[in-house]
Amino acid sequence: MEIFDSLIQGFAVALTFQNLGLALLGCFLGTIIGAMPGLGPSNGVAILIPLAFSLGLPATPALILLTSVYYGAMYGGRISSILLNIPGDEPALMTTLDGYPMAKQGRAGEALALSGLASFVGSFVATIGVALFAPLLVKLALLFGPAEYFALFTLAFATLGGVSSKNQAKAAMAAALGLGIAMIGIDGSTGAQRFTFGEIHLLDGIDFLVAIVGLFAISEVLLFMEHKGVDSSIGTKLDRITIPLATLKRSIGAMARGTGIGFVAGVLPGAGASLGSFVAYTVEKRVSDRDGTFGKGDVRGLAAPEAGNNASAGGALIPMLSLGVPGSGTTAVLLAMLLTLNITPGPLLFTKNPDVVWGLIAALFIANFMLLLMNIPLVGLFARVLQVPARILMPAVAMISFVGIYGISGSTFELLLMVGFGVAGYVLRKLEVPLVPVILGILLGNQMEDNLRRALQISNGDWGILWASPLAIGLWTFAIVGFVAPMIVGRLVRPRVPAALAETADPD
Amino acid sequence: MSTFTRASLAAAIVASTVCLAGGPTAAFEPKNVECIAPANPGGGWDFTCRQAGKALYEMGKTPGPVQVSNKAGGGGAVAYAEVVSKRNSENNLIVAASTATTTRLAQGQFAGLTADQVRWLGALGADYGVIGVAKDSPYKSLGDLMTVLKEDPGKVSIAGGSAVGGWDHLKVLIAAKAAGIDDVRTIKYIAYQGGGEAVTQLVGGHVQAFTGDISEALGFMESGDLRVLAVLAPERLPGNLADIPTAKEQGIDAVGANWRGFYGPGGMTDEAYEYWSQAFEELYASDAWQKIMADNGVMPFGLSGPELQSFVDEQIIEIQEISREIGLIK
Repeated sequence: MEIFDSLIQGFAVALTFQNLGLALLGCFLGTIIGAMPGLGPSNGVAILIPLAFSLGLPATPALILLTSVYYGAMYGGRISSILLNIPGDEPALMTTLDGYPMAKQGRAGEALALSGLASFVGSFVATIGVALFAPLLVKLALLFGPAEYFALFTLAFATLGGVSSKNQAKAAMAAALGLGIAMIGIDGSTGAQRFTFGEIHLLDGIDFLVAIVGLFAISEVLLFMEHKGVDSSIGTKLDRITIPLATLKRSIGAMARGTGIGFVAGVLPGAGASLGSFVAYTVEKRVSDRDGTFGKGDVRGLAAPEAGNNASAGGALIPMLSLGVPGSGTTAVLLAMLLTLNITPGPLLFTKNPDVVWGLIAALFIANFMLLLMNIPLVGLFARVLQVPARILMPAVAMISFVGIYGISGSTFELLLMVGFGVAGYVLRKLEVPLVPVILGILLGNQMEDNLRRALQISNGDWGILWASPLAIGLWTFAIVGFVAPMIVGRLVRPRVPAALAETADPD
Repeated sequence: MSTFTRASLAAAIVASTVCLAGGPTAAFEPKNVECIAPANPGGGWDFTCRQAGKALYEMGKTPGPVQVSNKAGGGGAVAYAEVVSKRNSENNLIVAASTATTTRLAQGQFAGLTADQVRWLGALGADYGVIGVAKDSPYKSLGDLMTVLKEDPGKVSIAGGSAVGGWDHLKVLIAAKAAGIDDVRTIKYIAYQGGGEAVTQLVGGHVQAFTGDISEALGFMESGDLRVLAVLAPERLPGNLADIPTAKEQGIDAVGANWRGFYGPGGMTDEAYEYWSQAFEELYASDAWQKIMADNGVMPFGLSGPELQSFVDEQIIEIQEISREIGLIK
């Protein structure tokens, strides 16, 4: 078994004291960075690149440090999603849907422990996938042209109904709003500036991190202020931090499905972790949500997206290493790092620099175990955040948001933008418009538009190109089924759920 | 970590004192030099700042390590606007730039700011443009491709990693013009997020040609999936890249250099300007820098001071002409 020989060699590279120390440091910093609202894996890696440079690290240790941060941040993102309903980073968005309701029911410890385990399963399986199937999966990534990508994004939006169980029209409106925001900036297909009003800070478009922090964190603070600073409804009691066996049994299927979906989404450059966790959630809801418990603290709704986003983090390494194409913002930063270290990612990387590739894969296995060991005992500590009175917690959230956004952008314009999003988020919550589809529109809108226009440009305007390949037809079929089936099946099977008019602090 | 924080704190304190005491001095002596990378860490500009900053310090051209600050936004517009409007008279500030900077300046995409509002200090190498096709493509030379583009432009989609009007797009148009194609608007350019994505689309068979920089093509060239038809350099590249024919030797006189270098504030004193031009010239010639270039696949391209200034002026005129032809500017 060639792969096992290579892997053992990889462990030989990775298992030095220095590398283990770097992995530990990376995991720790990554978890913290991931948990901070606004700071996600890509910022985490970007922030630490100068550190890797100034330590003068060679390629393999530098990569080990940075990928540990990457994986760590993917783990850490869930923490503030669950505890505060504020996604720590964009892939942790879907974790808010069932994680926060669980915390409100006083099951924060269980939610943190379960999502930590789901994260582990997702990234562990994905790392095995990288080791075993990288060359094979590259072929899959090559099959995706503009038409197939467009079909894929349409599929994501077609299943959007799965996000909100209350009011589909509002979810659709929220997605449209997000798509509209995505249009701001320089349009790649014509080079024209759209909705920038001569403001240079808008040329690159709206950074989705600014949108996430504004919509979720700042609006939460505003809601708190509206309640005149009286401690809000966040549960303060702490339960056990272990996972009951029954919960585990219930969520195994969800983890497996989430892992599979997330991994494939990660492999496709341009799809990425957000799409992975999103589709993992909506599919899981379609498959398992028989009693309408999703969105109200269902463990499966927590396990699926958490496994999904971590699996896609692993999957995204495949196109980065073997095609030189970043599958996500974070891998883009890692890629630049590799180039700086004079390593050319591409089809020959596995044969030309086996020590780097296998050392990295081995390091990922190690980082995974470290993260699991680090995260489970720390659950109790994290969960204690909930015992902090809201009158102290909320100002801290506001402060971290401001510092975080200023730290990554270095511009006061982004701070104003964030506050603007905060006010918008507050209004939307008051109107009971779900916030998740807004973010998805911002995240996926540009990609969807660009790929449609690329496809039509290639075909000289012939719309037939969109369903010209078997793969595209398959994706369209899923999209149509995903869109239509719930309307028919849902009406027959699901008992009518009374419209829950809960307090608006729950944005869905 | 703590030493680092202390050092930067000390630097900040010293910097503020210098600002207060600032005044004209006879011979320029650099102090607390800052290099702005107008992008996030990890990108090309960041690399330029960090590598050159390190080399300058090691050569003794700066008294302390050069502090790199990242100011991303608008493809360099945010950094450019800040230098022009707020830091116009600083002598210890250098900013990483490349052909992407001049392209956007030429097209007026920096909120109307122009290239003469800063001083161009030095270029330290370049990445030359390439035009390539997939290994099983019927096009064997740049001439083959250009003939098809002339006769049936709808047949060939060319993928590149920049937006329409960006440098990857302009390169292929420069070549097409040199090949005698009058109406370059007919050429189908498909814009992708980056060179890697574009070349993958070529290998996957979704487009017929690729335009990008040599560094982006390297991996797939070595694996044999990509056939480079021509490099847009004045002469053949050194080392193992010498096999690639230039466009020039195929009768198409086109050069597309994505140079990397630095500009400084427009209000910089002449003494400082001369100091930096001289420093970059010496840096470019040093063995240490030549090694960095060779290690990172950066190709020869050294210009400093007035030479770079006139090169930038010419490049901007060329870009404006072609941008006008495709209707990007009026």
